Amino acid sequence: MWIILGLMTAGMVIGAILRHNEKIIKRVNVLVTWSIFALLFLLGIAVGLNDELVKNLDSLGIHALVITIASILGSVILSWIVYHYFFRNHK
Amino acid sequence: MKGSLIILSFFVVGIILGFSRFLPELLIENDYSMYALYALMLFVGISIGADTSALSVIKKVKYKILLVPAVVIIGSLLGAFAVSFFLPYKLNELFGVASGFGYYSLSSLILKDICGAEIATLALLSNIFREVGTLLLAPLMAIAFGKLAPIASGGATAMDSTLPIVITASGKEYAMISVFSGIVLTILVPFLVPLVVELF
Repeated sequence: MWIILGLMTAGMVIGAILRHNEKIIKRVNVLVTWSIFALLFLLGIAVGLNDELVKNLDSLGIHALVITIASILGSVILSWIVYHYFFRNHK
Repeated sequence: MKGSLIILSFFVVGIILGFSRFLPELLIENDYSMYALYALMLFVGISIGADTSALSVIKKVKYKILLVPAVVIIGSLLGAFAVSFFLPYKLNELFGVASGFGYYSLSSLILKDICGAEIATLALLSNIFREVGTLLLAPLMAIAFGKLAPIASGGATAMDSTLPIVITASGKEYAMISVFSGIVLTILVPFLVPLVVELF
């Protein structure tokens, strides 16, 4: 976990230093996209190799959907309260 | 939307190749996903550090803006708590999943380490659904629940992938709030996920 946090922090420092170099920042954004592709691909492989998981993918999917709906509803309903009382008069 | 579909295809292709074992030995024996995550963290950090816009918003809106990510955290956990009575998972596992706030890549990897592959997959799917759901329903959310709703729904993704739909659904005045909230949540995910799993 610390490696992850450390890398992100190091990145933020580097990013702050490089912030005016548009070319590099654009390249980095491309690298973010490709890192996500690589990560999801490797994650897929890990899931595919796991027979237990593959067997349960459909029920996992439905459970995941339920969790998502609940989380979104929770966030969105509370956001309505904040919007109504704190943001209405202001953009 | 297109981006999400491409990402999903990489995942699906990975599953198919993994399932059929149609892979070089190296990839079957070793799990390189952590390295991809390390790379991702570095690059995401750089793009956050380089972002000049988010900070200036705080001066305008001041403390109010902190309410947005706060509400996402509390709301997501409340939702997870509610479903804990109906789903066959432990409360802390559900909290861990919900604390991804849409950040599927990081949250699933962290959970793979602390809770195992099943919860990791649950988190991956749930958070992907969160991003895709926001992309599909943002306009409806803005109408039904107000202009902060798409930002709240997007969670950590509000800084990038769901930002365009937030602007479409709520207006460009909300872009900065979206970016700020998304960044705060993105930074908090690696702290909150392990924390909620430990605490509950």
